Formats: sequence, structure tokens, C-alpha cells
Amino acid sequence: MKSPRKVVIAGIAAFAMVGALAACSSGGSESGKTELRVATFPPGADAAAYEAFDAQEKQFEKANPDIDIIGVEYEWEGPTFAVQLAGGSLPDVFTVPFTDSKTLLENGQLMDVTDEIEELGYTDSFNPVILDGVTDSEGRIFGFPRQAYAMGLHYNRTLFEEAGLDPDSPPTTWDEVREDAKVIADKTGKAGYMQMTQNNTGGWQLTAATVARGGSTQTDNGDGTYTSTIANDGTKASLEFLKELRWEDDSLGSNFLLDWGSINQEFAAGNIGMYTTGSDIYTALVRDFSLNPDDYGLTVIPIENDGGTLGGGDIAVVSPTVDEQTKAAAVTWIDWFYMQKLLNEDAAVLDAKTLAESDQAVGTPLLPVLNREAYEQSLVWIEPYINVPRDQMTPFIEGIWEQTPVGEPKGKTQEIYALLDPVVQAVLTDQNADIDALLAQADEEAQALLDE
Amino acid sequence: MTLTAKPPAAGPSASEPAPPSRPAPRKRARNLRTWVQGGGLSTLVFLAPMLIVFAIFSWSPIVQSIVMSFQQTNLLDPPTWVGLDNFAAVLSDPLLGTAVLNTVYFAVLALLFGFPLPILVAVLMSEVRRGKGFYSALAYLPVVVPPVVAVLLWKVFYDASPTGLFNTILGWFGIPAQPWLQSSATAMPSLVLEATWAGAGGSIIIYLAALLAVPPELYDAAEVDGASIWNKIWHVTLPQLRGILFIMLILQVIATAQVFLEPYLFTGGGPNNATVTILLLIYRYAFQNSLGGDYGEATALSVMLAVVLALLSWLYFRLTNRWSTS
Repeated sequence: MKSPRKVVIAGIAAFAMVGALAACSSGGSESGKTELRVATFPPGADAAAYEAFDAQEKQFEKANPDIDIIGVEYEWEGPTFAVQLAGGSLPDVFTVPFTDSKTLLENGQLMDVTDEIEELGYTDSFNPVILDGVTDSEGRIFGFPRQAYAMGLHYNRTLFEEAGLDPDSPPTTWDEVREDAKVIADKTGKAGYMQMTQNNTGGWQLTAATVARGGSTQTDNGDGTYTSTIANDGTKASLEFLKELRWEDDSLGSNFLLDWGSINQEFAAGNIGMYTTGSDIYTALVRDFSLNPDDYGLTVIPIENDGGTLGGGDIAVVSPTVDEQTKAAAVTWIDWFYMQKLLNEDAAVLDAKTLAESDQAVGTPLLPVLNREAYEQSLVWIEPYINVPRDQMTPFIEGIWEQTPVGEPKGKTQEIYALLDPVVQAVLTDQNADIDALLAQADEEAQALLDE
Repeated sequence: MTLTAKPPAAGPSASEPAPPSRPAPRKRARNLRTWVQGGGLSTLVFLAPMLIVFAIFSWSPIVQSIVMSFQQTNLLDPPTWVGLDNFAAVLSDPLLGTAVLNTVYFAVLALLFGFPLPILVAVLMSEVRRGKGFYSALAYLPVVVPPVVAVLLWKVFYDASPTGLFNTILGWFGIPAQPWLQSSATAMPSLVLEATWAGAGGSIIIYLAALLAVPPELYDAAEVDGASIWNKIWHVTLPQLRGILFIMLILQVIATAQVFLEPYLFTGGGPNNATVTILLLIYRYAFQNSLGGDYGEATALSVMLAVVLALLSWLYFRLTNRWSTS
């Protein structure tokens, strides 16, 4: 141990390690340009998606030579979001779903962009229902709503055909959903219908089913307080519907623990006949879950008792940690990449053309974030590039304008969705589940959360 | 690999006491020199990387999480001190009781099935004369499979339809299809089954090694006394293994109290909260429900769990101290 050489070696080893640790911290050097790290796609997206992005990046940098765009792989994930944000590994520009935007802006995790939106002249053009989801109690705005969807009923045309059902006339009432689900389950052995149950999506979809049946899980008192109304007739009817399909018809298959990712996977694999989720899911189903486009069908969610369709979408936001210069660049990017294609013919055509050339979905049915006229106009502009099978989505495209979009409950959204997951699971896994008692308990717990 | 931090050796200077007449400053200089000459410096330099890594990645997060349990923070803005609010919020959560009961249920089931099984297998394997290496490899194989992969594989095996793998096998014996993960009653035992399969290999190897240390004369003596194989196991093997058995037991209790991977990947805590464990609840506080708003509550529950486990371990070692020394 006394050998000086050993001491030197150990010293070098220690020094090298400290150096390596120090190198972990970032150090971006400026080359006269503003570096902007922007979200691209979720991990696992196909290479063609990146080709399309590269092309768009070049177009943007040509128009804005002082901004250097760096694409960063990104997927919205609640669990890692806060840590990524604090650790600086989040892109400067990224998207978050409406469902979470209220929680995030209340946590101080989003950048205030009120003045920028005002300057660009968007404030009054946004659909007010949608803008409300990114506005805090003082009227400050924290993001650009860039895409919105309505809840739709997605179905597998191939399973419909195998079961002897007509894929061009999907069910229009919940009773028909039940009948068709039973036929699919009996004839094909697959799940005729299924609903998400896990990781807060159970509560999300139960809320969607409630809204479609004219119910509501929460009342906004207008003074910053909310009253839980979970034990309403719509929610009860939604759970009884599931109970009948599960225990009388046995048409829900055998896996009752599914979240957004796993239900998409099961649907894309042809194991589920029908399910409800956002109308824009087609893009992800094809890009991330390898769905065969011929299998896909989309219709509106059945509406009863003056109900509506639960809406949602996502907003483009800026990391709250960036400096003023980067923030300005971020707003320029958001306007160019997400917003202009909704308003400007050249931008819309260029975007659609670039996406179509890399075989990315163009023309997936959405809800307008601005207004119906602007949305339909943009569809006319991009018509030659539409490559999604819109004829298989006709019942939705034609029916959606008859439905009223309803926003998600605002008070403690995720926590209350989490409370409802086990309620849905109980109905699906326990034949003797007492729906009234489950709802009464969930209602009490939800109110306790809202009163905090 | 186990790293044990030892303080820098104070030995050399202590073994060379300076004459009492020498003035103090020179004594210190001399001690420092002898310490360096005795290899103290190189010891410290060699130790430094490990101390630094531990300090940064292990001890400082522990201290920080204790501090955080008294704070409200989003990791961006300066945290605010909230006293015991986080602890109060956790203790009033209606799910906490469920999570504690579920964790205890998992621990008890894992103890009933998972603790005796490796001992039994190790004793049987030590009796095998030929192909010992083959059986050891076979027993250890599940440990080599990455835990996440193992869980995802078992998730496929647990397919609750009659065509699922396990249900097909049960069908051969005329046993009806089981719901496995899809029912509150069978979900937890299903998790324990997989956890036992995944964890047994490591324990078996440890017990096998311990069995080698049992002096063969004891078995010879027992044989001379006419002991049966059962008597030999009961009166020779188990008493000789008791030190290691006590350690393995407390390690298993600590590990099962922190079960997370299985409920997280298999069921996400369902169905109907039947598999929500304490760690899963901590995870939900920190990440799932509040999107990073409740690190305080998450760390508060973590601190409470750590304190309970530390007390349990202390009590356990006090109670078993008399018996465990061989």
C-alpha cells in the first residue's frame, strides 16, 4: 500500500470519476443561434416519422436562421414529468394532455404565455371551452391548445365481419353496443367490448360514459369550489351496463386490467371488438401499435338523455425553466409547427405534404381548437394528401357535429379518476359488487379531496 | 457484491504510542507522518471514490428525502415548510389501511411459501450425488431472467381465458380455469407465486453454501445414533443453519415490506385495490395522481416505512440474539 505508484493510480481513478460526474451536468454552448429543444415523438415511433420531422426542421430553420432546432424524443408521462422537468431533461417545447394541464399549471410547472398568445392574436380565436383548460383562476394562459378530440367508439371492422355484423352500420345506442358485443364474443371468442380500467384511465372512461348518458361527476360552483356528484344516474347506468356485459353476456373478454397503452395494443392486435377513446387515436394506433388500417372503424359514442361527448386534447407548452430568449424561440416554433397549419393554407399544405411523403397519418378526425369553419377549410386545403381511411370513419365524421363536447371535470381531475379506477375494476371482477355502495363511497372520498 | 465502508485505518498511529515527554504539536506531526507512511493516505484515496459515490447517490438522497417529508415542493420553486402536514395527510388517507393490510398479506404469504421452499430445495439438492451443478443452474435460472421480463412473461402465463397457459395446464387435470390476476381473491396469491419463483434461486444458493459448512462429523455421529433422515435435518441441519436462517428471514421481511415491482407491473394495484401495497401508494403519491405535486406525502410515507422497518429489525435482533449465535 505504500507504493507511490499505487497512490497515483488511485488518485487518477478518483479524479477521473469526479470528472465523469461533472461531465454529466449539461453545458450548452451558443453559436450565435438560440438552441431550442423540441419534443418529437414517443420512443418507438417509426423511422419515417423522424424523416418527416427532419424535413420540417429544415423548413423551419430556413425561415428562422437564428434558431437551432434540436428534436428530443418525448412522450407525455405523468410519473416522470416532474423529475424530468427538475432535472432539465425535458424539451423546451412539449405537449401535455388537457386532463393534466390544470394540475400542472396549479403546480407551477408550466410557463405563462398569456402575452405571447395575445400578441399573436389567438386569444379570441380559440374555442373558449378548450382555452379554459389552460387558464388559471386569474385568467393567465399557460399553453397553446393545438389539437382536440371528442370521445369516439372505435371498432374492429374485421371482427364485425367475422361475427356477421355489417361494419358500415356500427351501433348507435348502448343497447346496440351490448347486442353487437355479445355477437362478436359468441362468434369470434374475442372481447366484444372493453373499457380502460387502470392508471386513472378507468376513471377517465367512466366519466366519458357518464357524460354520454347525460350524467356528470362534478359540479363547478363557480367560486373555486366543486361538489362531487359521482353517485349520479349516468355513472350508475354506465356501471350497470358494464356489469351486464360482464356477468350476463360474458362479452368483455378475460383481461380487466387495461390502461391506455394496453387497450390500444389489444385493439390493434384484434382482441377487442369495440372500445371508447379519443377520436385522434388512429395516428398512434398505426404509428405506435402497428394496427392494420383495414381493421379500423370509428363512430360517435352513443348519446342518451341529452348527454354529450367528453372532449380532450393536448396543448403545446413551454418549460417554465427557460430564459426569455429561448421562450421567444419556443413561441415561434409552436406558432410555426402547431398553429399555422390550422390557419394558413401554405402552412397546412406543406405540413400535410411532408407528413404524407413519410407515410404519416394525415386527416385523422379531430375537434376544432379554433372553430368549425377554419377546421373544415383546412381539410379542403390538405385534401390531396389525406391518407387515413376517412370512409371507414364516416359515421363519426358526419355524426360528431350533432354532439355537444363536454369538458373534463376540473377539480382534482387525476385524483378523482384514480378513485374511480377501483370502482370500475370491482364491477368487472366481482359479480356481487354493490354499485350503489361503491359510488357512495367514491363520492364521499372525492368530496374529501375537493374540500382539501 | 457487498461494499462495507470502513473508517480510514487509525491502527498504525495507535500502535506506536509517542513518549509522554514530547510536546504536543510534534506529536501530531509525527502521527500524521506515521499515518501517511503506514498507508493511511492511499487507503483514503482508494476509499474516496466509493465514499463520494455513496455520499452523492445514497446518503444525500436519504437525508434529502427526510427533509422533503416536512416540505411542500414541486422541485422547481423554493420548497415551503409544512411541519407535520404531510404525515397527517398520509395517515388520513383511506387507502393507507388497505395498503398496509395488503403488504402484510403479501409478506405473510411470501413467508409461508417463499421461506421454507428454498430451504427444502437446498437440503434436497445437497443430498443429490450427481448433477449438482445442473440442478443449481436450474434453480438459479429465474434469478438470471430480468425481473421485469419475468413479470411480463408471467402476465402472459396468467391469461385468465380458458386458453391461457396456466389454465390450459389446469384443464388437463380437469381443474376449471382460474381468474388469476383478474379477481381480488386470487390476484395477491398470484403475485406471491411469481415472486417466490423469481426469488427462490438466490436463497437456494445461499443455503447450499451454508450447508457445505456443516461439519460432516455431525451427520456421521447422528447416523451412528441411528437417526433417520428427518431426524438429521431437524436435529443437525436446521440448528447448524440457524444463524443464516434468522438473517434470511429478516431480509425477506424487509424485502416483502417493500414489494413494488409485482403489483406495479402485474395489476397496477387492482383489481379494486386488492394489490395496492405501501410502495405502490408511495409511487402514486409522488408520480401518478398529483404529477409531482406530492413529493412531501410520498417521502413522509417512505420515512414512516423506514422507521417501522428499522424498529422491526432492531426488535427482531434483540429477540433472536440469544439463539442466532452458533
